[in-house]
Amino acid sequence: MDFFLSRYRSLTVLLIVIATQLLLIAYQVKTNKDVPLIRVWAVTTVTPAEQGLELVRRYTWGFVEDYFVLLGVRSENEKLKHENGTLKIENHYLKSELSTADRAQALSVFKAQSPSTTVAARVIGNGTGANSKVVFVDRGSASGVESGMAVVTPDGIVGKVVDAYPTASLVMLMTDPTFAAGVVSQKNRVHGTLKGQGHSECLVDYVQNEEPVDVGEWFYTSGDDRIFPKGFPVGQVRAARNGKTFKEIYVAPSGMQGGVEEVLIVLEGVHQEIPEGVIASPGYKILAPPVVSGSDSPAAAGTSAAQATDADRLRQIYKQAGASQNHVFGEGTPGSKPPDFTKIPNLRGAAPAGNANPPAPAQPGVASNSPAGPAGAAAPKPAAPAVPPPNSAPNKSTTGNSAVSAKSPAPAAPGQGAPASVPKPKPQAGAVIADPGPTDGNPPSETTSAPAPKADRAAPSVPLNAGPSAPRLQTPASQQ
Amino acid sequence: MTEYTEHLIKAPRRDATDKFRYVWLVIVPLIAILSQVYIPRFVSFLAYLELPLLVTVHYALSRGGPIPSLLYGMAIGLAQDSLSHQPIGMFGIVKTLVGYFAATVSVRFEVENPVVTFILSFFFYFFHQFLYWVFSRALLAEAITFDAQQTLMFGLLNAAVALPLFRVLDKLKVAQ
Repeated sequence: MDFFLSRYRSLTVLLIVIATQLLLIAYQVKTNKDVPLIRVWAVTTVTPAEQGLELVRRYTWGFVEDYFVLLGVRSENEKLKHENGTLKIENHYLKSELSTADRAQALSVFKAQSPSTTVAARVIGNGTGANSKVVFVDRGSASGVESGMAVVTPDGIVGKVVDAYPTASLVMLMTDPTFAAGVVSQKNRVHGTLKGQGHSECLVDYVQNEEPVDVGEWFYTSGDDRIFPKGFPVGQVRAARNGKTFKEIYVAPSGMQGGVEEVLIVLEGVHQEIPEGVIASPGYKILAPPVVSGSDSPAAAGTSAAQATDADRLRQIYKQAGASQNHVFGEGTPGSKPPDFTKIPNLRGAAPAGNANPPAPAQPGVASNSPAGPAGAAAPKPAAPAVPPPNSAPNKSTTGNSAVSAKSPAPAAPGQGAPASVPKPKPQAGAVIADPGPTDGNPPSETTSAPAPKADRAAPSVPLNAGPSAPRLQTPASQQ
Repeated sequence: MTEYTEHLIKAPRRDATDKFRYVWLVIVPLIAILSQVYIPRFVSFLAYLELPLLVTVHYALSRGGPIPSLLYGMAIGLAQDSLSHQPIGMFGIVKTLVGYFAATVSVRFEVENPVVTFILSFFFYFFHQFLYWVFSRALLAEAITFDAQQTLMFGLLNAAVALPLFRVLDKLKVAQ
């Protein structure tokens, strides 16, 4: 036995150890019980070290993890910054594109409405020179551009062409110190000469100190310079004070506000009427006139607010008379038979304009059936009726003062067609109409639309003769 | 048989005076067991890394004595069993046998050669897994399948890890 144990000692130990463990396993499996002593010792030995490892890991790994997270945050922050910058650039680009599209649309609308023949151009560069205010545009003599042509935008004049090349033109801006143009004020028609100053404002020179010019007043081109057609807005008066010899009037150019990028070169200019109306001073807002209701004005009962004046009522009467005779105003060739206005039933009995107790105006559909009044009845000469076509917007002169409408055509609102008036009827015996006012059906060349310096400002347009020395300023056919 | 193979097989027995400090005999298997139970929480595929087995093999190959090796393997195996849900003794028996046979074959091979180390590590991993599968089916009647291909692959992994690990553990030996 001793020999066996000494010779096969290791094998014996192995067998003993294996057998012991087999018995241990058999015991556990047989009794379904654990050996808590060994497990407790093992767990008690291992778990503290495990907790220590976990504690170390929590702090070290958490620190490392936070570090890498911060690295990620930093890189993400850089990425977001880059993306933000890209989006800002893209946003700026889109805004610029949108602004360009708006300006192009405004130019297109203005070009379509303006009676002057224009060609659109884009500023492609500035001229050299520290004080010179000149720019190059991408239209030249190949497009019909010549030196001396006016350059405008829908907001006002910009400058004039000083040199025309085949593919480009050099435009002197109105802020150039050597620029000059004839201008006239809107309210009092004070004439002056606009001079560039080399900065953002221009000077209106040669205006006597006695001439009234208010701050906020608009200046328009007067057409005296034979370059700019009359009626184009120039700018608004920023400052006006008396000088040694002449007034010192500083005007903010309206056509160059916000920069100059797209312009119109006036190939064939047509003079236009300077818009009427008093411009409120800056900072003032004038409310719209109150609407006269039926209860406030018994005399106007049964009539609309648009028929509150005698001119409106007369206009309605003549319109009904024409309708009763199947006549449409604005149609018919010259020399055709006009409607018989002697058959207007209650015209002879109509009270004169301004009568304290005027008779009730003819109701639509009633006046034509009413019996005619006695011929030669005491009826004053009515104001000339100005009957615009149905698509013509009512304007100040036709709705406010009939005398004004009788002398001048109704200025058209921006974006609308030429103003129309009733055809001049041939006076007949017993007719009380002496001067019906401007005729209707004028050729389109006689009526023009004016540029719209502001959206809320009506701009009448009357082409005027610029004289033979202005070849590019078109003379209306009716005045030739 | 070439001279090289003769050198590998008939290499003289290593100096038995190379001893481990006793503290390392406790700390190293403890670290191995800790690594086995802790690292797979974060790197799941490292669960197949049988560090306690490699420590046992290294001890058996280095120590050279079958009895200390089998006892050492038994202790490490029982510690593993204590931290598992299996009955205590399963890993104990397997690692006892591994320790015994590793110590037995270390007499015949030059175990400091990396090739021998790699082959022995691979072999004892496969042997360990196979014995565990046999005992699980025989003693516990568990229907465990033995995936030989997967076992071979992980055996290569453990053998690859054994090479640097044995180098590190060799540093802990004290020359006397």
